[in-house]
Amino acid sequence: MIPGPFAYHRPQSLAEAVALFAAHPEDGRALAGGHSLIPMMKLRLATPEHLIDLGGIAALKGIRREGETWVIGATTTQAALIGHEALPAGLPIIGETARQIADPQIRYCGTLGGNVANGDPGNDMPALMMCLDAVYHLAGAKGERRVKARDFYLGAYVTALAAGEILTAIQIPAAPPGHGHAYEKLKRKIGDYATAAAAVMLTLEAGRIATCAIGLTNLAPTPLLAEAAAAMLIGETPDERAFAAAARAVEAIVAPTADGRGPVEYRTKMAGVMTRRALARAVARIGA
Amino acid sequence: MNEMSETREVREARLQGLGCKRKRVEDVRFTQGKGKYVDDLKLPGMLYGDFHRSPYGHARIKRIDTSKAKAVPGVLAVLTAEDLKPLKLDWMPTLAGDVQAVLAGDKVLFQNQEIAFIVATERYIAADAADLVEVEYEALPALVDPFKAMAEDAPILREDIKDKTTGAHGERKHPNHIFTWEIGDREATDLAFREAEVTIKELISYQRVHPCPLETCQSVASFDKIKGELTVWGTFQAPHVVRTVAAILSGIPEHKIHVIAPDIGGGFGNKVGVYPGYVCAIVASIVTGRPVKWVEDRIENLSTTAFARDYHMTAEIAATREGRVKALRVHVLADHGAFDACADPSKWPAGFFNIVTGSYDFPIAHVAVDGVYTNKAPGGVAYRCSFRVTEAAYCIERAMDILAHKLGIDPAEIRMRNFIRREQFPYHSALGWEYDSGDYHTALQKALDAVGYSALRAEQTARREAFRRGETREIMGIGIAFFTEIVGAGPAKNCDILGIAMFDSAEIRIHPTGAVIARMGTKSQGQGHETTYAQIIASELGIPADDVMIEEGNTDTAPYGLGTYGSRSTPTAGAATAMACRKIKAKAQMIAAHLLEVHHDDVEFDIDRFRVKGMPERFKTMKDIAWTAYSAPPPGLEPGLEAVNYYDPPNMTYPFGAYICVMDIDVDTGVAKIRRFYALDDCGTRINPMIIEGQVHGGLTEAFAIAMGQEIAYDEIGNVKGASFLDFFLPTAVETPKWETDFTVTPSPHHPIGAKGVGESPNVGGVPAFSNAVNDAFAFLGATHIQMPHDAWRLWQAAEALGAQG
Repeated sequence: MIPGPFAYHRPQSLAEAVALFAAHPEDGRALAGGHSLIPMMKLRLATPEHLIDLGGIAALKGIRREGETWVIGATTTQAALIGHEALPAGLPIIGETARQIADPQIRYCGTLGGNVANGDPGNDMPALMMCLDAVYHLAGAKGERRVKARDFYLGAYVTALAAGEILTAIQIPAAPPGHGHAYEKLKRKIGDYATAAAAVMLTLEAGRIATCAIGLTNLAPTPLLAEAAAAMLIGETPDERAFAAAARAVEAIVAPTADGRGPVEYRTKMAGVMTRRALARAVARIGA
Repeated sequence: MNEMSETREVREARLQGLGCKRKRVEDVRFTQGKGKYVDDLKLPGMLYGDFHRSPYGHARIKRIDTSKAKAVPGVLAVLTAEDLKPLKLDWMPTLAGDVQAVLAGDKVLFQNQEIAFIVATERYIAADAADLVEVEYEALPALVDPFKAMAEDAPILREDIKDKTTGAHGERKHPNHIFTWEIGDREATDLAFREAEVTIKELISYQRVHPCPLETCQSVASFDKIKGELTVWGTFQAPHVVRTVAAILSGIPEHKIHVIAPDIGGGFGNKVGVYPGYVCAIVASIVTGRPVKWVEDRIENLSTTAFARDYHMTAEIAATREGRVKALRVHVLADHGAFDACADPSKWPAGFFNIVTGSYDFPIAHVAVDGVYTNKAPGGVAYRCSFRVTEAAYCIERAMDILAHKLGIDPAEIRMRNFIRREQFPYHSALGWEYDSGDYHTALQKALDAVGYSALRAEQTARREAFRRGETREIMGIGIAFFTEIVGAGPAKNCDILGIAMFDSAEIRIHPTGAVIARMGTKSQGQGHETTYAQIIASELGIPADDVMIEEGNTDTAPYGLGTYGSRSTPTAGAATAMACRKIKAKAQMIAAHLLEVHHDDVEFDIDRFRVKGMPERFKTMKDIAWTAYSAPPPGLEPGLEAVNYYDPPNMTYPFGAYICVMDIDVDTGVAKIRRFYALDDCGTRINPMIIEGQVHGGLTEAFAIAMGQEIAYDEIGNVKGASFLDFFLPTAVETPKWETDFTVTPSPHHPIGAKGVGESPNVGGVPAFSNAVNDAFAFLGATHIQMPHDAWRLWQAAEALGAQG
């Protein structure tokens, strides 16, 4: 549990950070809250030679409303998401999900950007970002570009982030009025990754489901967007029968690994159970 | 303040003696982060050690190359088995009569086994260099399943002893066999089974878990070449034994070895034994002439230093149709890992597993235990229990429930029918113990009344019907455990460690002003000894507990003792404390009589003073007496006021308790919610009710963790799985249920103050209570026995197998 040698940098501006990454495209790693990276370094599973701490860059922090979207700086902590004056009311599923991450102490360090950028399938925010159709702002030596969360995750720890690129912000469409939401996470204990988790955003029209998106956490090498399951719910009456059908569609696309959380069969079934429960709770919230 | 006018109550309260909820004096420093632990120690020129460990569970070592590691600047030494061989320290004896490799030379026998010890000027350099040790292996098939250990074609693990047909505990039937230990009357038991009206038989496994103290194992060794003296600071539950073993192994005279156990952050049995890290730190200090610190990390702790349990118990009960037990037969397959490093009294290779008849009046019983080697870490310590008592309690409490279920008798009722009755104590069990005292019927009835047992059963019936009608997906379980512990090892006639009788000791010195220092041979790891021993002294001598300082853990100053584990501190050192106090009191009585100018038969002790019989206004306080002992002792009496006692208990003590758990299980996810947990403990005289409650809370939390999720598992090639806090279930405050505690008091008839020990009861009784609740929940669906741990996926599988899934 002792990391190998590394050089530590703490740039004060984005430009400085981009320059550092340009200088160390292969052996530089961004450090945000450190709650994924540092344990991996202690296990020597990650051995970056240059650790570039983004914590000193003020421009990467903060939450603001920009038109019909929310723009959240990459190093905004989970605690800041929960405690923000407007976000919890506008997009309550963000806080609900953030509360499912680790424990309060870690949420004061862990950041949204760190959670979504390192490509760990166990992280909770990536599936939610896919569910919400968020857009990631990336900056590198070649300039800025934007990538949809739904196009970002390529494999376990493999993302669309190019060598030397930094995630600077996450842009999330504002939630439609009267939406229902839920993040259902089954875990063994506080601080654990999900055995299975489902994020649901939906709207109803005339008693039927009008829009629906479902994101799934820790059930495949990447977070999943359950498109078929969501599509089959459109136009349906929101009842147990419809939810069970969607759950079966979810079970068909997940590919969890067997681990301490349970064998493949169990985790597959739990993907369905979490989906069913998230759908039911999202609908119930509209009614409430 | 007028000492005459004070009421007896005020005088008694000032002492904060037996029965007082005195605040823990240790907590003043612990809650402020001012404890002094091994890792807080920083000595001038201190070096740091780290291990290179085996990635294989079973492999032959073909070559070890340390040249790259030695070339790292700051590395002073890299020790391998070759370096230890000339010192005869490449192997060390275990407490169980086996030997264990300090550093693996020819073979590795479990994953993460120690191969090389790197010593460097900085902790980071040691870790960097550990990565650079190169080892060439020839992988061998790993033996992971203990049930295959004695197969004809099983790989032979211990080549060092493969031709030895006898071990420390008799005949070995196979190169992977360690011992067979048998007790009881086999023939009579077999006969009882042949004639039985009803029998049950079940394989009840208790998985491998780990005591997992928050502070890992660690030590600092410092060898002074000029004086030829060795000082070792370490996380030692039994520092005096460590010193004796170190003297025997190293050849350094025992008086030139100073072993110091400072504050310890939890032990739970994990810190009883001697580990390669301690030996390597000592050797490295001798080699380099500088102090050497070795500190385990969490993965090392969970995967290499002593595990607990791994007992696979085939239990059978013979009974009448009315549920009266007639005989018990148990066979245990004990997985000891790569070396037999169990920490039991030397003559007891299966600990006190023969307490397995539990709280019940079995006329006859037979137990056989086979220990085997596997490619897993060594250990087999008593994790917050007396030796193998938790395994025994789990076995009998599950088995009694299985019998009840088979006969359609309520689990509470079957226990009531078979309890040893109050008038049967002292009770001689079929497997050889003399239970000192008990009142089981009263305790269980109090527990049943407290939880409203019959209403709970009625609710369960209604909920089962609702489940069958599809109205709920939750099932409800009620688990009862009634345990009898055997603690306080122990009488010299039964118990020794490497030949040293398992007494314990207290040395009490009263200073002229009446302040006291007392030292014991035990060693607190969080139990609160500094608080509770002082309370015993307060009540015995009439000196306020706040005026008493307790010291343990320094072998130079403390009297010899066998340490703290197996709930033995109060039964042994607590008794020694009372006995030493009584020696002092006898002398104090002489002094008081002298001061009061009466015959010593004419004075009597009264709370905090001696007074003249029938004349309460004529008295001398213990303070007066202490001053006189140093200033003007009576003629013919030597000055000073102190005493030592080495206490060899006449018997063990037998705490007991009734625990009830109410649980709801979501069959769709397998998630279990503990609705209620009630724990009644009878530990005899209660020294500090608040500390008892704290002990019960802690032990129940561990029991909850064990029953509901903890496991040190291995895959089929010997990789240890889950040896970190990501997977090893250590509940947080969020997962931990609320505990309700209660008590009855049945004093031990042979202990000087009637106390029995309580630290381990909740772990012993808690595990079967949780497991019985799980099994009770599933019983109506046809379950007989569901193996632990009862984590969510396993409970879901159980529900699935019983057809409870929609």
